[in-house]
Amino acid sequence: MSKLTLKTEGDTHIVITRHFDAPPEAVYRAHTDTKLLQKWLLGPDGWTMPVCINDPKPGGKIRFEWAHAKGGGFYLTGEYVELTPYSRIVHVERMHLPDPTPDNRVETTFAADGKGTLMTIRMMLPDSQTRAQMLSTGMERGMEASYVRLENTVLNPVMSA
Amino acid sequence: MNLDAAFTALADPTRRAILARLALGETTVTELAQPFEMSQPAISQHLKVLEEAGLVMSRVEGSKRPRRLAKAGIDEIDQWLGMLRKALEKNYERLDEILAAMKDEKERNKR
Repeated sequence: MSKLTLKTEGDTHIVITRHFDAPPEAVYRAHTDTKLLQKWLLGPDGWTMPVCINDPKPGGKIRFEWAHAKGGGFYLTGEYVELTPYSRIVHVERMHLPDPTPDNRVETTFAADGKGTLMTIRMMLPDSQTRAQMLSTGMERGMEASYVRLENTVLNPVMSA
Repeated sequence: MNLDAAFTALADPTRRAILARLALGETTVTELAQPFEMSQPAISQHLKVLEEAGLVMSRVEGSKRPRRLAKAGIDEIDQWLGMLRKALEKNYERLDEILAAMKDEKERNKR
């Protein structure tokens, strides 16, 4: 059973949850520490992150550059908006493919869940078209894109209303 | 199948409600229009978007054209999303290992 859940909410949001067997302090640190981000935020096998500019304070810049072993790559830029150690991060990001995608406002929360942490990522896209493009092509090019549980989208519209 | 068209089709509450209704079984346009405060032509327009996206099919039965879910199209989207979930999960499996290593380090430092 996968620990990851993905669903759409309304017309423009994507919500992802994942449980970790570590306290919120550690999971938060792994999301804000530049050296740690470079170790795991890599997407499919074969990708590395040679450039990781990451300044976790309000207004602080984000620039992640990914490269594939066989050549090619792309990058993401963004800014931090709000940080509440060890429970909440709000940032804005856009992928450059190479044209920038519309801004994706992302709220990531870390809540104690037993001995571990429940992380919830809420991606807020500017419109439904942008979300559709992100779902259909965003991931192909890398990672920070997302996913729906079709059961929720199609078969349970009450939940996504 | 055009995934962009499929996800655009899904990003509308009326179209999601139509799919939810069709998930219960084949339905005519008249029956589909009933729960919505919308004209039949408006519902037909939504159905056209869903048909073009490969999510809904129709057949001819006398003067009626009952609609049903296009299983192949729905399955294709589901497979695509499964692949996306797997790719994202890859990141978090790596993070699990890092978190486990952080915990080990902390415990070593305690001693």
